[in-house]
Amino acid sequence: MVNKTNDFWVFVETNEDGSAKNVGIELLTPGRELADKQEGKLVAVVIGHNTEAAVEAASKHGADQVLVVDGPEYQSYSTDAYAIALTALVEKYAPRAMMIGATNNGRDLGPRVACRLETGLTADCTALAIDEETGKVAWTRPAFGGNLMATILCPECYPQIGTVRPGVFKKGEETEAKAEVIKEDIHVSEEKIRTKILEVIREMDEDKVDLENAEIIVSGGRGVGGPEGFEPVRELAKVLGATVGASRAAVDSGWISHAHQVGQTGKTVAPKLYIACGISGAIQHQAGMSGSDCIVAINKDPDAPIFDIADYGIVGDLFEVLPILTEEIKKSRA
Amino acid sequence: MKMLVCVKQVPDTTEIKIDPVKNTLIRDGVPSILNPFDGYALEAAARIKDADPSSTITVLSMGPEQAKAVLKESLAIAADKAYLVSGREFGGSDTLCTSYIISEAIKEIEKTEGKFDIIFCGKQAIDGDTAQVGPGIAEHLDYPQVTYGLEASVEDGLVKVKKETEDGVQVIGIQTPCVLTFTKPSFDPRYPTIKRKMAANRANIPVLAFADLVDLDPNKIGLKNSPTRVKKTFVPQKKTGGMKIAEETVEDSAKKLFTLLSDSHVI
Repeated sequence: MVNKTNDFWVFVETNEDGSAKNVGIELLTPGRELADKQEGKLVAVVIGHNTEAAVEAASKHGADQVLVVDGPEYQSYSTDAYAIALTALVEKYAPRAMMIGATNNGRDLGPRVACRLETGLTADCTALAIDEETGKVAWTRPAFGGNLMATILCPECYPQIGTVRPGVFKKGEETEAKAEVIKEDIHVSEEKIRTKILEVIREMDEDKVDLENAEIIVSGGRGVGGPEGFEPVRELAKVLGATVGASRAAVDSGWISHAHQVGQTGKTVAPKLYIACGISGAIQHQAGMSGSDCIVAINKDPDAPIFDIADYGIVGDLFEVLPILTEEIKKSRA
Repeated sequence: MKMLVCVKQVPDTTEIKIDPVKNTLIRDGVPSILNPFDGYALEAAARIKDADPSSTITVLSMGPEQAKAVLKESLAIAADKAYLVSGREFGGSDTLCTSYIISEAIKEIEKTEGKFDIIFCGKQAIDGDTAQVGPGIAEHLDYPQVTYGLEASVEDGLVKVKKETEDGVQVIGIQTPCVLTFTKPSFDPRYPTIKRKMAANRANIPVLAFADLVDLDPNKIGLKNSPTRVKKTFVPQKKTGGMKIAEETVEDSAKKLFTLLSDSHVI
């Protein structure tokens, strides 16, 4: 490997249409700060097919340089193709550190690449800083179901790698594109890709559960009492243009699918508004949503721990509160 | 199919409490359990064996002697044979070193059991939550992987995995040998029968110590060879509760909530 640079990399994951996933653009925000502190370049790494939109988005959100690997073999994510391409880039350019969004694909790719490069990886970070004593990246992440936070360093190996949760950092303002775009010709032959997508079953649009990118989430827990109890939750979500979430209790009871689950064994979310209905707020649930900008709790039990983290709380029956709230919102928008 | 399932003994994180005075985790008296995601992986393997009873399931854990409890539990649920990897030399290993040790243990076990076609892991353990050891094992063995598995099946020798994605489900075909990691499916894993439980209690579980892993490079294991270091741990600061809305009627409370949210431009 060439001598290590001071550059900070952000892996910008792409969708199948070549656009950037939000988290990659979000990570350019802390990436800019860390790169400046260490006097390095901020480099966005885009792997995908027909990636013009992703390259442009990265250029307009603070990247000094964009490294692009484009080819039909990258249109759909595969561990093998992406790991080969990303490893080759790291070996050629030797960045100091690399951030990867902690999406399903990011958490599939990160450990594979870190292991191939024999370096350290810190998973699911929620805070980033430069450690003053060592000058290394201080990666902070939750463990033990959110009961404990740990700050991890990777003192001797390069690049220092971390996956970072979506929604933790905010996308920066768009600026004029100024990045130098470098296309790297890396191709992976078919026989090196040892998996094949045989079938794609997409959720229907109305059932789509994109919790990670939702601006508003209305969630139901044990207090909704049954599958039909999600009706008022859905009604409210509909008028707000929100996504429906759920606690583990509701999912385990079979009232709603796991794709809706927020919390340690579900999704980690950070919407502008999170409305928890009939959710007690166990630490495992809080681990998945405490980063929300504004939390509203509606629960019959005045001692429910959810009230400890809520900005606004109503002690009351969700079946009484939600229809009134929904009606008020409808009126205001009529 | 010859299948291996990796399992971990973890503290039940739902039972962990914070010492309010010292602000530290209280680990005493917290029950140890089979990592739930490993239970889903074991169930996925058991379903393949249901369809083809000539299949075998071996379970492997790394940890102290007490971790035999989760191996016995796995034997009671569905496994045929169990191994424990244990030794103080392995202590302090991070995910890179741990996945290396496990991959070496797998190679060692394969000397007696023959080559495994599929290696199953939980998506992540609920104590560390890293989701790195499964892919790490795959990388050390140079096997393909599918993570976030929900179910697996074998059709005409091809392994098919239903995988959870952000916008639905994919069915992925994967070459063997391979590593699959599992998340929570829509069904509950099976319970052990009394008969299997009794047999599991009597089972002899071979232990692979440091000296048994003859091909293991001692410079790639343990705390001092782990690339990541824990700088500090701390209990997250609790957000203090905000405003309780308690008007005379529920209707008034709901209306007040609406006013507060719209005044602060949240909605």
